[in-house]
Amino acid sequence: MLHTIISRLVQGVAVVFCLLLITFVLVRLMPGDPFSGEKAHSEHIIQKNKERFHLDKSYAEQFAVYLGYLARGDMGDSPVKEQPVSKIIKHSFPASLILGIAGITIAILIGIPAGILSALRKNSYIDYGTMVVAMAGISIPSFVVAPLLAGQVATRVPFLKIAGWGDPFDWILPSITLGIGTAAYLARITRGGMLEVLNQDYIRTAHAKGVHPLVVVTKHAIRGGIIPAIAYVGPAFAALITGSFIIETIFQVPGMGQHFVNATKDRDYFLLQGVVILFGTLIVFANLAADIALVMLNPRLRA
Amino acid sequence: MSSPTQNTATLKGHSLWSDAWIRLKKNRMAMVSLGILFVIGTLCFIIPIFSFIPDPNNQNLGNTFQAPAGNHLLGTDQSGRDLLARLLYGGQISLLVGIVATTVSVIIGLSYGAIAGYAGGKTDSVMMRIVDILYGLPFLVLVILFSLLISEHAKDLTDSMIHRWPDHEVVIKKIINLVPLFVAIGALGWLTMARVARAQVISLKKQEFVEAAVSLGLSHRKILLRHIMPNMLGPIIVYATLTVPGFVLTEATLSFLGLGVESPNSSWGILLSEGANYMETHPRLLIIPSVVFSLTLFALNFLGDGLRDALDPKAAKD
Repeated sequence: MLHTIISRLVQGVAVVFCLLLITFVLVRLMPGDPFSGEKAHSEHIIQKNKERFHLDKSYAEQFAVYLGYLARGDMGDSPVKEQPVSKIIKHSFPASLILGIAGITIAILIGIPAGILSALRKNSYIDYGTMVVAMAGISIPSFVVAPLLAGQVATRVPFLKIAGWGDPFDWILPSITLGIGTAAYLARITRGGMLEVLNQDYIRTAHAKGVHPLVVVTKHAIRGGIIPAIAYVGPAFAALITGSFIIETIFQVPGMGQHFVNATKDRDYFLLQGVVILFGTLIVFANLAADIALVMLNPRLRA
Repeated sequence: MSSPTQNTATLKGHSLWSDAWIRLKKNRMAMVSLGILFVIGTLCFIIPIFSFIPDPNNQNLGNTFQAPAGNHLLGTDQSGRDLLARLLYGGQISLLVGIVATTVSVIIGLSYGAIAGYAGGKTDSVMMRIVDILYGLPFLVLVILFSLLISEHAKDLTDSMIHRWPDHEVVIKKIINLVPLFVAIGALGWLTMARVARAQVISLKKQEFVEAAVSLGLSHRKILLRHIMPNMLGPIIVYATLTVPGFVLTEATLSFLGLGVESPNSSWGILLSEGANYMETHPRLLIIPSVVFSLTLFALNFLGDGLRDALDPKAAKD
């Protein structure tokens, strides 16, 4: 087990490194640079700035310098915002994290029970209804749900605001919007997993021995049936955090998403690299957590 | 056993496709979806050919936010453009991006996965490890970076093509504008397809008819193209159908962020993002495109599911 974790971590470092390298090169291949934005400076100052951020050197040298910074725990400064990247991330990450946790919690609380119910009542109207709703949840994108919720719900409910991130009430609409799609996928995956388990012999044996049907489901079926859903939750959590920038834009949440999009537009190389490293690391850990959970749930994987 | 003469019906034989069609016809949701897609596709691609509807880019600032009426069936938007026309022309672009990007991803994923699966051994494990690494990368992040990069080169291409064929400026601009999206989405979205293709090839290459082809001394290329690939069509079609809605959504997301389709083109994503700005005053501008857009994705997803149940019954788990 420990061996698996360590090898997965090493692999994870490689993934993050690849992602960083790809981002590093792509963002520099794009025309323009951090200083060619709206604030037009004289040639002399731009040259000075480029030297300060080592942008006058070759890509390889720039990358080496950047890795040197990283080794010292420094993500460099944002040339556009003129602040340390670590400070920008420190200020914006909590909002993204809260949004992600709330979103995945909503997804789990809705998706998994819906999937289990659907599987237990296979081919009934409950099943069809749940699956049609789930398909709708997958097909209706968050940037449709978000303005509808903001325009139709937030204007009618007194303690909800159309946009903003002040008190915990403001967390409600963005996290619902974020969680719906994942809830829909989870419901479908859970249903599939449960159906497979419910057809197995040991479930029939348990029923034949006269175990209460509720106990058969809660003690025997769920343990196996939920495995595909758990495998999905890890990556989905990472995807919620890294993919929440649309919702952050619509509900004006001061999270990392805005920085990601703006840094790309402004050619803010160092901020983008910092965000990408964080996103990549999150994905690696989410996948690892899912794998560990799977091994704990499924004894056959413990070799 | 009955004699063959009594059993003329079975003599006709059931191909994979006729069996699949029979199964698909039984799936009511899939058939409804097929109908919806047919209607939406016809409306988007056929109606604009005839000049029933106004030019989608025709602005009329004296007639903004007009409610639906005889001359503008769905009303007009914030610049006085006809919403129906924009919806249909936008649909062309959205569906085109979805279909072309899917084609690109199928070509890349199919070749990559088939080669990895057929070669096996070290080649296979190296190729699939690369796919594993790419899987770890955030898709949308890379699509944004990649499409921005290509779009700069596409601008040069547009200029040189307009220089050569000045008469076709509008068409050239329209098509080249979309190329970055086709390429970026397709070139980064082939990973699932590669895994599906590889799994198929691995299970097929152990079967007798492939062994027969090998013993006949056919070349690898011929075995792969003539004997293995045709047997993979079912699952490939299924996953391609399920890929289209994902890519339509990706395009809409990018356009919503202002990083996708550019004018003079329009797409459903652009209509949605513009509509979201007038949500409180004119909800019609958001709700109509939302319904059409979601209905299309809904139908594509259900059709894909139905096709999977029909063509690939073993994979139909969830």
